[in-house]
Amino acid sequence: MSGLKRTPLHDAHRALGGRMVPFAGFEMPVQYGSILEEHAAVREAAGLFDVSHMGEIFLSGPAAVASVERLVTCPVDSLKPGRVRYGLLCNEDGGVVDDVTVYRLAEDRLFLCVNASNIEKDYRWIVRHAQPGARVEDRSDHYGLLALQGPASAAILAQLCPLPLDSMKRFRFEEAAVAGATTLVSRTGYTGSDGFELYVGSGEVGGVFQALLDAGKPLGLRPCGLGARDTLRLEAALPLYGHELDDTTSPLEAGLARFVKRERGGFLGAEAIERRASAGAERQLIGFVVEGRGVARAAYPILHGGAKVGVVTSGAPSPTLGKSIGLGYVPPALAAPGTRIEIGVRERAVPARVVETPFWSPGRAS
Amino acid sequence: MADTEIPNDLRYTREDEWCRMEGTRIVIGVTDYAQQQLGDIVFVELPAVGSSVERGEPFGVIESVKAVSDLYAPVSGEVVEVNGDLADHPEHVNEDCYTDGWMITIEPSDASDLDSLLDAASYRRHVEERSTE
Repeated sequence: MSGLKRTPLHDAHRALGGRMVPFAGFEMPVQYGSILEEHAAVREAAGLFDVSHMGEIFLSGPAAVASVERLVTCPVDSLKPGRVRYGLLCNEDGGVVDDVTVYRLAEDRLFLCVNASNIEKDYRWIVRHAQPGARVEDRSDHYGLLALQGPASAAILAQLCPLPLDSMKRFRFEEAAVAGATTLVSRTGYTGSDGFELYVGSGEVGGVFQALLDAGKPLGLRPCGLGARDTLRLEAALPLYGHELDDTTSPLEAGLARFVKRERGGFLGAEAIERRASAGAERQLIGFVVEGRGVARAAYPILHGGAKVGVVTSGAPSPTLGKSIGLGYVPPALAAPGTRIEIGVRERAVPARVVETPFWSPGRAS
Repeated sequence: MADTEIPNDLRYTREDEWCRMEGTRIVIGVTDYAQQQLGDIVFVELPAVGSSVERGEPFGVIESVKAVSDLYAPVSGEVVEVNGDLADHPEHVNEDCYTDGWMITIEPSDASDLDSLLDAASYRRHVEERSTE
């Protein structure tokens, strides 16, 4: 796989039997054994993912906060140091440049965790729109990123880290030593289950990865690949850039209004988002369950009464629910839960139904 | 790929199907290598009994959690039996690809089609070539 970047954990993945595939310019493990078993480990115990391909773009200086405030759809000045917020970078047409998490490190220092496929695009976009007095730095190559996800995550991490994890709330972070390595411990994730994301220097992430695997093994921890990451995020109805989001989708169409400071405005794309909203959205992101036989996949047509009305953006068998589920865009008139639609699976129209999302959440009976 | 099972008494295609001769008929499934590469099988779509299949053309579809793959007919002929259990138990393909995981039985229309199939040794070389890439 020439021309692909490798994460610092490449050799560890090979040693664990990981099947390596190209993803967003990186060689990444899609699975170590069974995706279904890796998925179940996260829902029932814990899973450990290498997501070092994700990017970290830092902004510092007196204009750092004002710059990010202008760049992202979520409020930033009210974000206290030690807290994380999800938001979107939008273009002037209200389309999504990327979806990101914003980490407030200090009064004048933040970083954005960005999608691997968008690191260079985001960096150029941020540099172009940063105000004088804000220094922008792509530090993606300096960090490894591990996602420890699942209900046993806190018990596993507590063995290697002195932080009082029980009192650490979602979307908070703290710096601490994990297995001796300086780590930014963030209670966030992309699976719908509880868990942590651990930012570690690229030279030390291998040791932390191994220490977590060893500490977690008695509690059911497994290494997990991108295959399970995708089925987990789909059950939680979390959008994936390039599927539910792209440079043309409005965050409102994608159902992300709660991450957009609409009343306040003042961010890039705000006017276009409002203009598109008052003109009436052409499409709305929905979740659906396939009721006939078949698996919905990205790019399959969504039909209503036999006519094509939309397109599937993500689809897979849900390991937790035992049904085929998916996300896709349809006209707003067909977006209400309960609406009967069909999915074009090869030459067949397979019955499906619009449902509330997420498909799965902790504490809700599956 | 030392842990890939390739029974000596079967014939194979380069698309990773196996064929077992039963009288004039041929039972078809996918190989151990194929099921390992695919991972957890969640859906198998097979033709109806009585339909005809063409050598080298897709006759069905097999889906893992992540991907959809075509199944290619090793020989031309008529489908005379279909493994209906796979509709509810696609995992049989992972668990017992050479027994419970069989897919269809074909009555070949041209016996010379069989000459193009690989024997176990040739198929093993074909598997090894790809796994050392």
